[in-house]
Amino acid sequence: MSFVEVKNVSKKYANHLALDKVNFSIPENQIFGLLGPNGAGKTTFIRILNQITAADSGKILINNEPLSPHHISLIGYLPEERGLYKKMKVGEQAIYLSQLKGLTKNDALKKLKYWFEKFEITTWWDKKVEELSKGMQQKVQFITTVLHEPKLLILDEPFSGFDPINANHLKEEILKLKSQGTTIIFSTHNMASVEELCDNITLINKGKSILSGKVHDIRKEFSENKVALEYSNPSDNLSELLNSKYNSTNVVELGHSTQVELTLGEKETLNDLLQEVTSLCSIHSCNEILPRMDDVFIKAVNQNK
Amino acid sequence: MNKIKLVIKREYLTRVRKKSFLIMTFLSPLFFGLLMIVPTLIALSSSSEEKLIAVIDEVGVYEQNLENIAGIKFEFLEHNLEEELRENFSITEYYAFLSIKKDTVSNEDIFRLISDNQIVIDVRDYVKGELRRVLIDKKLHSYEIEELDKIVKELSDVQVTLTTVKIDDLGGEKESAVEISMVISMLFAFISYFVIFIYGNQVMRGVSEEKSSRIVEVIISSIKPFQLMMGKIVGIALVALTQFILWIILTFGIVTIAQSVIPSTFEQDKLVEMIENSEANDFVAENEMSDFDFHQILNSVKEQNIGQMLFIFILYFIGGYFLYASFFAAVGSAVDAETDSQQFVLPITIPVIIGLYIAMFAFKAPHSPLAVWASMIPLTSPMVMLARLPFDVPMWEIIVSLIILAASFILSTWFAARIYRTGILMYGKKVTYKELWRWFKYSRK
Repeated sequence: MSFVEVKNVSKKYANHLALDKVNFSIPENQIFGLLGPNGAGKTTFIRILNQITAADSGKILINNEPLSPHHISLIGYLPEERGLYKKMKVGEQAIYLSQLKGLTKNDALKKLKYWFEKFEITTWWDKKVEELSKGMQQKVQFITTVLHEPKLLILDEPFSGFDPINANHLKEEILKLKSQGTTIIFSTHNMASVEELCDNITLINKGKSILSGKVHDIRKEFSENKVALEYSNPSDNLSELLNSKYNSTNVVELGHSTQVELTLGEKETLNDLLQEVTSLCSIHSCNEILPRMDDVFIKAVNQNK
Repeated sequence: MNKIKLVIKREYLTRVRKKSFLIMTFLSPLFFGLLMIVPTLIALSSSSEEKLIAVIDEVGVYEQNLENIAGIKFEFLEHNLEEELRENFSITEYYAFLSIKKDTVSNEDIFRLISDNQIVIDVRDYVKGELRRVLIDKKLHSYEIEELDKIVKELSDVQVTLTTVKIDDLGGEKESAVEISMVISMLFAFISYFVIFIYGNQVMRGVSEEKSSRIVEVIISSIKPFQLMMGKIVGIALVALTQFILWIILTFGIVTIAQSVIPSTFEQDKLVEMIENSEANDFVAENEMSDFDFHQILNSVKEQNIGQMLFIFILYFIGGYFLYASFFAAVGSAVDAETDSQQFVLPITIPVIIGLYIAMFAFKAPHSPLAVWASMIPLTSPMVMLARLPFDVPMWEIIVSLIILAASFILSTWFAARIYRTGILMYGKKVTYKELWRWFKYSRK
């Protein structure tokens, strides 16, 4: 079930075509990665989704309804460039922002207290934003983004500026929100986090959507059929076999075992390999090497050039 | 609509709670009141101590002829005492000494007023006046016309008291004080000028701040840019109105206190004499000053139908503010930092200054073509029409001017909104007028 459907969306700025008939869908209650190089059109798409700007052509459906003003209260948006009113107090500002999203003042107050206690930052309530450090400000901004319990959460580079401990907390929060039913759009360059968090992705380059689908499927698609094998007690003809048939590379001697990267032929499977080597050595481990998302990204973009 | 109210509330509360607002609101009327009271108090206090002036007249004409006045007394000394007087001046009780000698080359009399400290302007002016009076007398006598001094005295006693009166619609009469109208007119012009500047600037700074702190992106994911802009403009307008109303209340309070502090007529004569002889009077003709009566002024103010004028003032304040505030909002959205805003602010301030300038002199010819046109053109009308108000501007002129102003600010707001909604998300671009025009034309959201 897709929560957001993007159909043939195009947008042009003066002389620059930011989005060119982009098509993809965002499944409900999943973490969706919106990936792409700088200037690809990600921010433009996010702004269209937030109704900050409008598409020139095409359609976007949220929950099967065309984009309309009431959707604004369903969306929580954490922009890449963070910012709050510096001279306004934290508590007051959070309430103001959630009121703008449609919460009543009382509701906002209650929810805010809950979040402040959860993050253990109740002492910050009356502080002015400029009195907080950058990391603290980001925490506050995150809370203001999720306070109104949005069904759709848009996070643009949410981890930038967070130290590892807080980044981890944030990751946990995101996963928790997902388990509570939120659909999350996650726009980033940080491919490691994509592998950890995203279920589906779309890769946008020069305004076009060049890759879409489940993360695992995509990695498989880009896989070079590589396998990592760790063994010991090889028989005499093992290395010969591995070299000629499986193009072994990256041989690493680990003392009590040897690690090697092998390339399977097109029709060959892991099972076939195992059958062949099982009698020729003691197998410690054997797994398929899926490309890292970094590599997928680079490859896809280069292919597209 | 609800969301605009939220923005208005935030803009209003954050500014009204600031210390700077409270200080400006409460100190300004105080300052204004002091401006009125202090000079009077100083004049009163200095007139009470008597100043003794020693006179050494080597020409021999002036001594015995210079007359004393309340607070200044002449004492005529022998010529040979000058040396001694100079050496011991500080221990004498004299305030100053007047030395009169004849210049051997030009045959003119040379007058010098000497003291060990700074001589106040009133004393200098009085001495000068007296010397002149004696010289005139001397000259009159030299003509040897009979009874000439009597003729001259009769001439100078001729005084005309001209009362300016306005006929109202029912044929009744109302005494009007021209000076009051002038003061009110200039006051209005100044106030509207300041309001436009100070609060227009606040709009610009607010917009700029939102842009540079990046909060604007979060906000416009919740509300439309137009709602944000209007909320800000209206919120700040309310701050200005609040400040203005507080000022009026406080000023009335202080003026009432001032009325009781300044004693009525019996001290006024001294004041009037000093002022009459003073040279620092070029702004208002001397004859008018003799009608100077503080209490009369206050009564005239009440008669000026100040209620109606205040109401019209508020209408023009709103119109003028909204017109200029929309310009300031557009400028704030166009630049990345406040420092870049100067090049755009300048063309906005020029009509304001021109308007103020015309307004300041409107009292001289309130119905001249220049004044009338300037009170119709929306960029200058707030200042100029208000300056013309005390001079019985026909109602139709006011109504037409207000309609033009309203249409203009609706237009300018629409125009500014289009620039605003593109500008607030645009960073790093070098902004020129051509660029702004492009943003304006950029039709759909």
